[in-house]
Amino acid sequence: MKMIKYILSAFLILGCFVTIAQTQKGSVLIKNATVLTVTNGTLENTDVLVENGIIKRIGKNLNASNIQCIDGTGKYLMPGIIDAHSHVALDAVNEATAPITSEVKMGDVVNPYDIGIYRALAGGVTISHAMHGSANAIGGQNITLKHRYGTSNPEDLHMKDAPRTIKFALGENPTRVHGRGNGIQPRTRMGVDAVIRNGFNEAIQYKKAWADYENAQKQKGAKPVPPKYDSRLATLADVLDGKIIIHCHSYRADEIYALINTCREFGIKNIVFSHVNEGFKVAPELAEYTMGASVFADWWAYKFEVYYSTAYNAAILMENGVITSINSDSGELIRHLYHEAGKAQRYGQLDDDQTLALITINPAKQLGIADKVGSIEEGKQADLVLFDGHPLSVYAIPQMTFVDGVKYFDINEDPDDMRLKVSASEALEPIFLREHEHRCMHGVDFFFTNFGRNLFNHTH
Amino acid sequence: MKDMKKLLYSLILALLPILVQAQFDGEFVKPRTGKFLLQNATVVTVTKGNIENGSVLIENGKILAVGKNIQANDAEVIDCSGQFIYPGMMDAGSRLGLVEVNSLPETQDYAEIGQVTPNMQALVAVNPNSVAIPVTRVSGVTTTLAVPSGGLFPGTAALINLNGYTPDQMYAGFKGVVLNFPSSARRSTWDRRSDEDIKKEAEAAQKTLNEIWGRAETYHQLQKAKAELQYYPEMEQLSKVVAGELPLLVEVNAATDILSAIEWIQSKNAKAILMGVAEGWRVADKIAAAGLPVIVGPMLSIPTRQSDRYDAAYTNPGKMAKAGVKVVIRSNDAENTRNLPFNAGFAAAYGMGKEEALKAITINAAEVFGVADKMGSIEVGKDATLFVSTGDPFETKSQILHVFIDGYRVPMSSRHIKLYQEFLERSPGLEKN
Repeated sequence: MKMIKYILSAFLILGCFVTIAQTQKGSVLIKNATVLTVTNGTLENTDVLVENGIIKRIGKNLNASNIQCIDGTGKYLMPGIIDAHSHVALDAVNEATAPITSEVKMGDVVNPYDIGIYRALAGGVTISHAMHGSANAIGGQNITLKHRYGTSNPEDLHMKDAPRTIKFALGENPTRVHGRGNGIQPRTRMGVDAVIRNGFNEAIQYKKAWADYENAQKQKGAKPVPPKYDSRLATLADVLDGKIIIHCHSYRADEIYALINTCREFGIKNIVFSHVNEGFKVAPELAEYTMGASVFADWWAYKFEVYYSTAYNAAILMENGVITSINSDSGELIRHLYHEAGKAQRYGQLDDDQTLALITINPAKQLGIADKVGSIEEGKQADLVLFDGHPLSVYAIPQMTFVDGVKYFDINEDPDDMRLKVSASEALEPIFLREHEHRCMHGVDFFFTNFGRNLFNHTH
Repeated sequence: MKDMKKLLYSLILALLPILVQAQFDGEFVKPRTGKFLLQNATVVTVTKGNIENGSVLIENGKILAVGKNIQANDAEVIDCSGQFIYPGMMDAGSRLGLVEVNSLPETQDYAEIGQVTPNMQALVAVNPNSVAIPVTRVSGVTTTLAVPSGGLFPGTAALINLNGYTPDQMYAGFKGVVLNFPSSARRSTWDRRSDEDIKKEAEAAQKTLNEIWGRAETYHQLQKAKAELQYYPEMEQLSKVVAGELPLLVEVNAATDILSAIEWIQSKNAKAILMGVAEGWRVADKIAAAGLPVIVGPMLSIPTRQSDRYDAAYTNPGKMAKAGVKVVIRSNDAENTRNLPFNAGFAAAYGMGKEEALKAITINAAEVFGVADKMGSIEVGKDATLFVSTGDPFETKSQILHVFIDGYRVPMSSRHIKLYQEFLERSPGLEKN
């Protein structure tokens, strides 16, 4: 009996070590590939040496003992693709209960079993920015994920060295949910602007209350009462202090411009506009005052606020000096972002490096992780994809995908069925004709059951 | 008084030139017809190989000549050196023209109320002035099948060319009655019906289908017997299907449903084309044996089952083609019907091959729709519906340079292009001086 106890506690201790242990890091040598560094041009017949999850050396005729070697002859190696707007691996998307819900964290609802993570890897995507939905003017805090598929621990997917980000949303979605759905502000773009300003001003008051309290504490003999803790306002205070990057769902030029002005007024510089279909109309302002725009390649006309948009958006933004990325917001599109980026060559003739930047170094900049990922450079994390052709060709097929030097996708070795978990209650596997591809309004459908069946075809 | 009138008239007359000269900037470019000679291109005929340094002569809406060294002194010559000429791409399933802004029910004209509405004519609801039409045709997609959706028999689809000011000017000669075959699959991951409910609904739909079909057969027999029939527009339309005048476009996706649909089609001896066919690869041999053509797509969609390989939708058309099925590709989109070539590109990359994938959006579509005498390839006598590009249209890098539809040279302009022209270098920029 005692023996069993010892064994059990030994297991418990071991368990602790396992959970404390770092996420897996790999070593690999990829030989003789065409290396698309993104930040340093294209290197022909080049080797990339990865040690313990880090790109150690880039060069010719590299050798390493006891490291798996992969022949990249005739193949193209590019940095892992980064999706700056996704809802992959999330069990919930919208906390649509108030116009401001900055206290909510997407890190709490990560589902490591989502097959969508593997499908993204099979399309070369190594990092996704898993975001709160667009129901609220100020939504929850997002989580940047590394696609370390295979773990059952959600935390293993968190990119822990990524800065905090938060979702904001303008226009039709928050006004529909709150103004028309709940009968509260905001019902208009005036209201959205006011809600955000009120939030910022309350956060300033909150900060002041805490500063006053801390000052009062320093007085001898004083026993001040601390202000009531408020996670919602504390988060907004961090936004004001530049500790959290805003990623704002937006479409129309007027609403984008209004929030740029509000942010300037409150001294906020860390803001990225997402979707931003009419961003091209305020490209000079986006270039001057923001961390850029994360756009769709060609989506338009699925709702009125995107009727006056253009597939040339990404090209216009790039040519105006805006940091621009192309995102998916979809469990389908995330699988071929390299192709979505390629559309910026059809619509605006961007060159290869500009185009590849749209899905690598630029989204990395927007997520505040460009010093760690987003290009093939010595010292960076080894998130890499090997293609059998140039990734901007429609005929190119991803062959292997690495995160931190660990291979998570191999077209030749992986079995067809890559599910990590099969539901025991599921007698017959369900067949889905389509995914609800566009998930920004996921979780708010109960508001709109009378609005017509087509509302949720396209609803970011 | 008379003088006053005279004075007034002369004043108006004097002002007239000013009124007429009211100034508009820029010229509106309209589609125009004429005699055109496209010279020195690689002509990808689709049916008769490629012609290097070839030319295509267009007149009166038709292809007058194809080959090397074609001369025509009176034609407008377009130099296509280093470029490629392809037949217009045909999207065999789209809502283009039937919807303007999908979130606004006022602009949705593809889904009527009711389960049995085969008499709903998509062609009637096609808006020739939809902003999305020029956006689509500048991509080289020149022809689409406008498909109604909704109930069991949602309506009659119509093939349209993307140029013209009335539906009749656009109509491209094919119609088919849509049947949404009873489905055992979930519509989407939003669909939270229990397995039991799905089964019950499918069984009920199957019962309705058989009952409706029986009625249509009776109606047709009465028609043939020249009986006096009451006004019954639904049956009048289905009677044409029973008679084989109109084919059935059977939307069906899950493997078991495809097998049921094949059995049903054979038992009714109906002329049919399968649409959707997301799990066609699972039963490709059976589809081939039945000799039914398929309209498959989009390729750019997720696998129907979580256990499926990630690329199941990409490889689906290639697997069916290899099994001997005649495959046509659709986008099943509306405003982004321009993505048709990219759907074909993915099919090509994942097993179908370039040549077959190109056929799947040109000649195969024309053959399945019975319009191959007019469309689907670059051959003498066919309609001059084609485009010129800098390269392979499946590649995003390629630029589409000229588009001809029925001999009309359509302007390479759209709202997307105009916004690009206006905003690439905005004036004023950041500062207004």
